[in-house]
Amino acid sequence: MTQPHDPRGNLVRPYAVTRGRTEPIRDIPIEALLVASPAAVQEARFAGHDKYRMAVLCEPKAISLAELAAHTRLPLGVTRVLVADMVADGLLQLHSAAPKTGFTERMDLLGRVLGGLRKL
Amino acid sequence: MDFASSEERTRPHPTEITSAKIVVAGGFGVGKTTLVGAVSEIEPLTTEAVMTVAGQGIDDASKVPEKGSTTVAMDFGRITMADDLILYLFGTPGQTRFWFMWDELIRGAVGAAVLVDTRRLTDAFAPLDYFENRHLPYLVAVNCFDGAPRYEPEEVREALAIPARVPLIMCDARHRDSVKTVLIGVVEHAMATLVTEQERATPVG
Repeated sequence: MTQPHDPRGNLVRPYAVTRGRTEPIRDIPIEALLVASPAAVQEARFAGHDKYRMAVLCEPKAISLAELAAHTRLPLGVTRVLVADMVADGLLQLHSAAPKTGFTERMDLLGRVLGGLRKL
Repeated sequence: MDFASSEERTRPHPTEITSAKIVVAGGFGVGKTTLVGAVSEIEPLTTEAVMTVAGQGIDDASKVPEKGSTTVAMDFGRITMADDLILYLFGTPGQTRFWFMWDELIRGAVGAAVLVDTRRLTDAFAPLDYFENRHLPYLVAVNCFDGAPRYEPEEVREALAIPARVPLIMCDARHRDSVKTVLIGVVEHAMATLVTEQERATPVG
């Protein structure tokens, strides 16, 4: 479904789906992974069209905030507000929310990424 | 591990899945999306951010021609490395006026590659300057376009005043193996940087 381009810009409309809220209730990194909770798709039917689509997208496999935004064609900020709500409501599980901080943890992650790249 | 893939479908989601990201920066049209597409398991996707920049601090909004918003697009790709590890590659918006978006992109990143086109070397100054002033390991990847002037790596390093500690590699953003080398370079550089920092923080002897 495509909407006609509005020469006045799209300041208002994107955030209409969040009822005007522009700040998420928690920050979610662009690459953070989201997985739908077992009953999420069923429950999200009553959470509105956009949230339902997101639950469906996160059901088969973990996908990032960026992918959710791309697939739903919603701006990143709008997606973040909706996803943060869904995490708070238990519809989506947020993974890799905390950056790895310790030296050993960070080296371990880098080592795994390096191994993965070499296998490509 | 070869047996892992056959079990993937039946296995439930792992309890903790981690994602990592590498940022691909560079001027407009330097080949960032091509590079991402060369290794991504999905066609590069585009996510848009709506920037509400104008209007703030301006008393009369009617005086602002395009009031309020502008859209910044970022292309990205994905590489599933294991059932609990996914690597994302994010291309920065090309236009320099969207640098505030770069700050969000580099947050938590493993490292970055600054892609350089030898036909437009001066376009690289701004991105290089940006990373020189951020705490993120980065390397310079010179994209060898067909028909572009060929330079020795050291000539490019000198022309762009790239510090000796920053790795520089020649690449072809269209080729998977070449891009793989760039990404491996980013991660190895990130590891070396981390080890150096750790040694500084805990002096031996």
